[in-house]
Amino acid sequence: MARAASRSRTLMVTIIAWLIGLALFFPILWTILTSFKTEAQAIASPPLFLFFDWTLENYGTVQERSNYFAHFMNSVIISVGSTVIGLVIAVPAAWSMAFVPRKRTKDVLMWMLSTKMLPPVGVLIPIYLIFRDVGLLDTRTGLVIVLTLINLPIIVWMLYTYFREIPGEILEAARMDGASLRKEILHVLTPMAVPGIASTMLLNIILAWNEAFWTLNLTAAKAAPLTAFIASYSSPEGLFYAKLSAASTMAIAPILILGWFSQKQLVRGLTFGAVK
Amino acid sequence: MATQHSRAAARVMLSPAVILLILWMIVPLGLTLYFSFLRYNLLMPGMEEWTGFANYRFFLTDPAFTTALVNTLLLVGGVLLITVGGGICLALLLDQPFWGQGVVRVLVIAPFFVMPTVSALVWKNMFMDPVNGLFGYVARLFGAQPFEWLTAAPLLSITLIVAWQWLPFATLILLTAIQSLSSEQLEAAEMDGARFPSRFLWIILPHLARAITVVILIQTIFLLSVFAEILVTTNGGPGIASTNLTFLVYAESLLRFDVGTGSAGGVVAIILANIVAIFLMRMIGRNLDA
Repeated sequence: MARAASRSRTLMVTIIAWLIGLALFFPILWTILTSFKTEAQAIASPPLFLFFDWTLENYGTVQERSNYFAHFMNSVIISVGSTVIGLVIAVPAAWSMAFVPRKRTKDVLMWMLSTKMLPPVGVLIPIYLIFRDVGLLDTRTGLVIVLTLINLPIIVWMLYTYFREIPGEILEAARMDGASLRKEILHVLTPMAVPGIASTMLLNIILAWNEAFWTLNLTAAKAAPLTAFIASYSSPEGLFYAKLSAASTMAIAPILILGWFSQKQLVRGLTFGAVK
Repeated sequence: MATQHSRAAARVMLSPAVILLILWMIVPLGLTLYFSFLRYNLLMPGMEEWTGFANYRFFLTDPAFTTALVNTLLLVGGVLLITVGGGICLALLLDQPFWGQGVVRVLVIAPFFVMPTVSALVWKNMFMDPVNGLFGYVARLFGAQPFEWLTAAPLLSITLIVAWQWLPFATLILLTAIQSLSSEQLEAAEMDGARFPSRFLWIILPHLARAITVVILIQTIFLLSVFAEILVTTNGGPGIASTNLTFLVYAESLLRFDVGTGSAGGVVAIILANIVAIFLMRMIGRNLDA
């Protein structure tokens, strides 16, 4: 009896959960489906779900008309570039705070976090004017700089929470065995730190890829990553649903895939270790 | 000796990050503060002059400021209500055993990874458009007049779009928190005859309190700065019906080129965000000691 009751309960939970899951996912699914329709089919009434003439035409058109690939590469360069530079700066910083903590370490960490609390609009004007004067507006370099700086606190924090889980005794043991600082880092610490660094990198690429305040305000045609490029569809061009969908699908697909790998890290990274 | 050596090394390793962040904070903040006391319009270069608090007076007494402030609070409050309420329900649901748990989890989380401009445009055109959108189609199916989402209820529409993006975040964090609740405690309560409502109220909710607070604070920080969703859907309109504080400052400085007033607005936005930040920092700091 009890088992039968729990089975039917599981069945009910299954149905409800799948319905909600599919409903929340539906806008994404609909975008992907629409990207394979012709423009006429995209606005057909009643809407067409699966039975239409699947076509890849929109993907070709989007590339031809607006050199989509260039914007895609801008996104790649900006998100990966800012992440790698961020890591180069943050790994030593997080390492030193995790393994050589001092009285002020906590204050430094909290202060770094506080820079993240700064609303971007509060510093938009100076950054815009400085960038205009030194010729960084609408350049990938400029965006890499800004995104590195705005995400640096998150990178340091995430790495710090990972590094702190590495037992300090292992380092001490290595030190006793006469390992130099360089060897200690290279042979003992690095292998244990790699998973943490990798997931930090993943989450940060996602955040940088989707960043849509600075990318919209600091770029025009040349250095625009996908966030800014897609925004140009808010003009009447957005009424071409199939093309909008094709451009959107290509913009979100890489991150959806990366995102699935980083669910767990998402919690840790975005709550600054407050929820694990 | 060794410690002294590694201490010095540690300081060297820490300093690039610290110096860069200090620069990133002090320089633009100082300039924003400075500009906010100037009469400074990009269309009239070389005419900058000190005006004291005139920009603040102008910005704060502008009716647009009150509207934007109310809109900001409505947007943040609305999204929080939907995401925290929905997040708790979803987390409770996903915590139950059922078939295909992993797949459903992925489906639920997916919207968080969609870039803001894409989700805003997809919702605007393919769902909320009264002529070609799916919502309009469904309305006509029932013989109703399609609702003009973005012109008749622009702020509500944007709230829904943003809530869709942030619901996964709340769900994921609350789910993580629920899963750390010991099942023994719940089973004991169940054996003692506690029904679900009382189990929820007295065991689950208190356990979640911390995670809920974190969700609220972090989302608030991000939601105060919602920008892209407004830019591509309504452009702050109709009129200023969907202009929030962030968008107002943007419009003031980069559309009307009034750097002075825009900077004063920026300072106001910073003060507002700081009120939230102080609470958040306290919570995270407490966790650091534990």
